[in-house]
Amino acid sequence: MSKIVLSPYERQRRTRGITVLSSLGILILAVFIVSMNTGFMRLSPLDVLHTLAGEGTHQQKLILFEFRLPRIVISLLVGAGFAVSGCILQSLSRNALAEPGTLGINAGAGFAVIIYISFFPASTTASVFLLPLLALAGAGLTATLIYFLSYRKEDGLSPTRLILIGIAVSAGIYAFQLILSLRLDPRNYQFVATWIAGKIWGGDWRFVLALLPWLLILLPFSFYKARVLNVLNLGDQTSAGLGAPVEKERILLLAAAVALAGSCVAVSGGIGFVGLIAPHLARRLVGPRHQVLLPACALIGALLLLTADTLGRWVLQPAEIPTGIVVAIIGAPYFLYLLAKSKA
Amino acid sequence: MVPSPESTHKIQKTVGNKPLRSHPAAAVSIIIFGLAAIVFGLALSVSVGAADIKLATVWEAVFRFNPQLQQHQVIRELRIPRAVAGALVGACFAVAGAIMQGMTRNPLADSGLLGLNAGAGVALAVAFAFAPSLSFIYIMLYCFVGAATAALIVFGIGSLSYNGLTPLRLTLAGAAVSALLLAISQGVAILFNLSQDIAFWLAGGMGGTNWIQLKIMFPFVVVALIAAMMLSRSITLLSLGRDVAAGLGQRTRLVQTTGMLVVVILAGTAVSTVGPVAFVGLIIPHVVRYLVGVDYRWIIPCSAVLGSLLIVFADIAARMINAPYETPLGALIALIGVPFFIYLASKRKGELS
Repeated sequence: MSKIVLSPYERQRRTRGITVLSSLGILILAVFIVSMNTGFMRLSPLDVLHTLAGEGTHQQKLILFEFRLPRIVISLLVGAGFAVSGCILQSLSRNALAEPGTLGINAGAGFAVIIYISFFPASTTASVFLLPLLALAGAGLTATLIYFLSYRKEDGLSPTRLILIGIAVSAGIYAFQLILSLRLDPRNYQFVATWIAGKIWGGDWRFVLALLPWLLILLPFSFYKARVLNVLNLGDQTSAGLGAPVEKERILLLAAAVALAGSCVAVSGGIGFVGLIAPHLARRLVGPRHQVLLPACALIGALLLLTADTLGRWVLQPAEIPTGIVVAIIGAPYFLYLLAKSKA
Repeated sequence: MVPSPESTHKIQKTVGNKPLRSHPAAAVSIIIFGLAAIVFGLALSVSVGAADIKLATVWEAVFRFNPQLQQHQVIRELRIPRAVAGALVGACFAVAGAIMQGMTRNPLADSGLLGLNAGAGVALAVAFAFAPSLSFIYIMLYCFVGAATAALIVFGIGSLSYNGLTPLRLTLAGAAVSALLLAISQGVAILFNLSQDIAFWLAGGMGGTNWIQLKIMFPFVVVALIAAMMLSRSITLLSLGRDVAAGLGQRTRLVQTTGMLVVVILAGTAVSTVGPVAFVGLIIPHVVRYLVGVDYRWIIPCSAVLGSLLIVFADIAARMINAPYETPLGALIALIGVPFFIYLASKRKGELS
């Protein structure tokens, strides 16, 4: 067997990929330390390290392990999930503006959860593990609905129609959601309202446990399918010509994207725009190859959400702004910028 | 907005083999029957509610008012202003939608979808938060400013870009600006513990309208509607394309600016009264255009009449569906509006891009 010789270009690309990924990792670590340090009780970075090593006071341990750490881990996981989901959706629909939020998938997942809460109000915390499943069912149904409404025999899945119908379907779901949520009693209402606004629940490792298995299956699966995504991104005809089973792969990947978004929504509520921004930033940094693009997306998404969560806790102390709101305030202008620049 | 070859093509396509048509007879009968139906709807709206009141009592309360009777008081102070405000607001939303659709030649234009309602919403949330005891007229002015800001952002973004204000771009910009503004209002609401107040208001409802509000909004609505009628001829020309309009000697920029001003006043007034109700401005002008043709001199008054009718009856339905409670008006109309939007979006192949 001859040794594979890398061209200088290829070598340069790999170095770039590695540099970007590792610097993202370092940034996440930095924000992680800042985030540990942010909140009602202040802990200095040294305290944090001490406590992590198991030498902190009881109170420090409580704050760190029971309140801040789970919340941070959830932010990281959810950010990565939304970002990868958005990246897959963008590549599949070849539409730069696609993401689980604009396509109505988040709305569908949220709706399923709200129906559940309005019928079984007392058991909201007892059923943490059920919520991702429910959200998944809601997301799947919505995605199917949108797929069929926007699919046409003549021109297949037109990106434009997909987005317009996504916007319409979300509007319809929000209307139902509103009707349901106003009939809740005030206590449940408050819960649902903050949840819709995209608040990351802190203080509970069970949410991490509920989310983790989904991401552990779905993220590696999408990384594994990176090559297929590279091909599908070229368009249906080209990829069929290259020998890819287009229809089958597309449905499989779509299902993965929907499942990622759905399970994240179950834990964090409707956080939009992460799935939109992260892939764009990632594409700028590492280029269009999904082998590097998807991991970069995951890291950028995690970084974004962790930063947003930290900002939400810090800006108006002691009041907290739900993460979804912070992300929307950062993300919407970026979306508008992309829109102004795009030629479509 | 530069009319490209495809947009001239679009005119021919929408019009089909038929010449540009207009049906004044249909329009006149819509106005006459519509007004009659509104009167009936108002009477019905006054008599339906938590306490059912006979139509005869309604008649008496209006023409032989007796302050001793509690029912007469309910009718005078709660039901009548609510019903009348509903009619006015419906006209506002529908005419605002019609003007926007005509001026931008965008079939998906609506004050809700383009973010104007959300803009007014932010202004309102800020007003609630920082000056809770503000009188209604100031709230309304805040709403004008909010709606105008949102309109500027959305149309600014839309026209900044490579090939101008396509319907898709405008709708997306509207959705993003709405999301942004909604996030800001939610943030304000959560910070100032106004969550539930604002949520009820965001849901859209006629619950709290009173005579004072009505008195303040009435002149604005009347002036804006008259201005809309005066602009209607120019809007018909604009709806053929800006080049055509300019070629026929129209000062398009002036017309567009005045038109947007009218839209902002209409949407701001309506939102400050009932909350951000979307889709009225989307559905009604389409139905009207189908019935009376392409002449905005007829489209605008007919839209006003049918818009009133829609809101008056939707408000009655909102009170009846889940009897002791009220269903949010905005949600109710969205349930009709969404399928309509999907129909519009999927009817046009590729034209929207």
